[in-house]
Amino acid sequence: MTQAMLQLNDVTVTVTNGGQSLNILNHINLSVNPGDFITILGTNGAGKSTLFNVISGNLTPTAGQILLDGKDITKFSEEKRARYISRVFQDPKLGTAPRMTVGENMLLAEKRGQRRTLGLRHLRQKKPQLLKELGLFDNGLADRFDTPTGDLSGGQRQALSLMMAISAKPELLLLDEHTAALDPKTSNQLMAFTHQIISERNLTCLMITHHLDDALKYGNRLIVLNDGAIEGDYDTAAKAALSKDDMLQFFDSAIA
Amino acid sequence: MNLLTSAIGQGMLYGITGIGLFLSFRILRFPDMTIEGSFPVGAAVCVTCITNGMSPFLATLLAFVAGGLAGLATGVLYTKGKIPVLLAGILVMTAAYSVNLRIMGKSNVSLLNTKTLFANKFVNSLPPYFNSVIIGLIVVIITFVVLNYFLQTNLGQAFIATGDNEAMSKSQGIKTDTMKIIGLVVSNGFVGLSGGLVAQNDGYADVNMGLGVIVIGLAAVVIGEVVYGNLTMGQRLIAVIFGSIIYRIVILFVLQLGFNTNDLKLISAIVLAICLMLPALRDKFQIQKVIEKGVKPNDTSHAATK
Repeated sequence: MTQAMLQLNDVTVTVTNGGQSLNILNHINLSVNPGDFITILGTNGAGKSTLFNVISGNLTPTAGQILLDGKDITKFSEEKRARYISRVFQDPKLGTAPRMTVGENMLLAEKRGQRRTLGLRHLRQKKPQLLKELGLFDNGLADRFDTPTGDLSGGQRQALSLMMAISAKPELLLLDEHTAALDPKTSNQLMAFTHQIISERNLTCLMITHHLDDALKYGNRLIVLNDGAIEGDYDTAAKAALSKDDMLQFFDSAIA
Repeated sequence: MNLLTSAIGQGMLYGITGIGLFLSFRILRFPDMTIEGSFPVGAAVCVTCITNGMSPFLATLLAFVAGGLAGLATGVLYTKGKIPVLLAGILVMTAAYSVNLRIMGKSNVSLLNTKTLFANKFVNSLPPYFNSVIIGLIVVIITFVVLNYFLQTNLGQAFIATGDNEAMSKSQGIKTDTMKIIGLVVSNGFVGLSGGLVAQNDGYADVNMGLGVIVIGLAAVVIGEVVYGNLTMGQRLIAVIFGSIIYRIVILFVLQLGFNTNDLKLISAIVLAICLMLPALRDKFQIQKVIEKGVKPNDTSHAATK
């Protein structure tokens, strides 16, 4: 058996609210293999975002252990984990620096997790290579190389965020509903591109989505979260047997 | 003419404060009050060193270091002590008052009969008040070259990104706390440097000389932005210096109208308030064009470089 890329052992996050403590993540055990593309479904408040926050280091778990490539990273800060883990947020505003240009943002991402030195950034010399990278997804990003990202459309910003997340290859890519804020057409385009780039570059990826079709269509494994616990875990074969109705039924019962 | 020359010289010396403020207020978006402390700290250290026989050049460098230390204090209180940055700045600014009295031993120290950067053979041969223009220009150029380079480096870009989008910077592995501390140190370093230069130019350091510096610095930043509009990062640094000079000329003009120097702080505040309101007023009255017309011809050197 190959070593798991990501391993969560009994990860629990407890919050106290008005004297009552609540487990927003409840003893999560999860093992992600290299090359896995896992889609994650769950109702609002199921703990999907908390799970990502714990993996990315934004939040320290109350209990449990997180291993990345066999290494215990439970105590690593978010900045330190950035070397191995990259993330695309749901909100287009969160993923890029709005006053900096597309090119400048790409350069920032190229050095993800590395030491920032007093060496010049060499924007001009690196421009052709960056343009080539940006040109992989045909939505006009490459033409807006010198535009501050604050002036881009939501779709362009999310595409850029994705480009930035993969430009320095991450050991683990976290996609947090990265197409949710986009219109259906743009969302589908970006999703198709995401799928293409993940398989081409053989990335290990966890993707939260509210889109049942996407959750069933993409990836080799599906995880369903409910009340901070893993309720369902479907491998490729089991996932293929699932229908949208099964999922809808699940959500109905979860809410009821 | 002498008054105008003096205003331009002072504009450049205070312009360094404006540049320091630009780093904290504009790039990091911190309302950093420390500068009202780091400015007199720079002045106090510089003047004390000179009166004790140190070379003015070295004393001026120490003014930068002293200002930077004040920034470091604020940065550590803010990032490690989790004190809101506005409050952290006020604490350091307040503490600086006592520190300055300790450094100088009294509330006002004169530089009479000592050597300063503004009194050597070369600058003394110039027409009156040109010494501050020449020294100001040299320091402005050095500051511009150093900062413009820094902001183009990987570290500088990480610093800009931290002010722009902290969540994203963290997810890119940028140590945002370190960036904030660096920013506050460098910013207040320049403010301290500016304080040291102003003290040498005025011929004394006073424990109260930091009062209202934030308004002067902010006026430089805002006037530069209002007058010159959208610019690249490097151009914005230059715009701050021009903003500072314009501010000095406006103040000079107001004083020529017969206002008392006691009213200076009130006038400064009003000038800044008007500048800050300009974007709102501009939308109402479309006065941007009027202002551009009114200011640009005075300033052909900049227009030519654009």
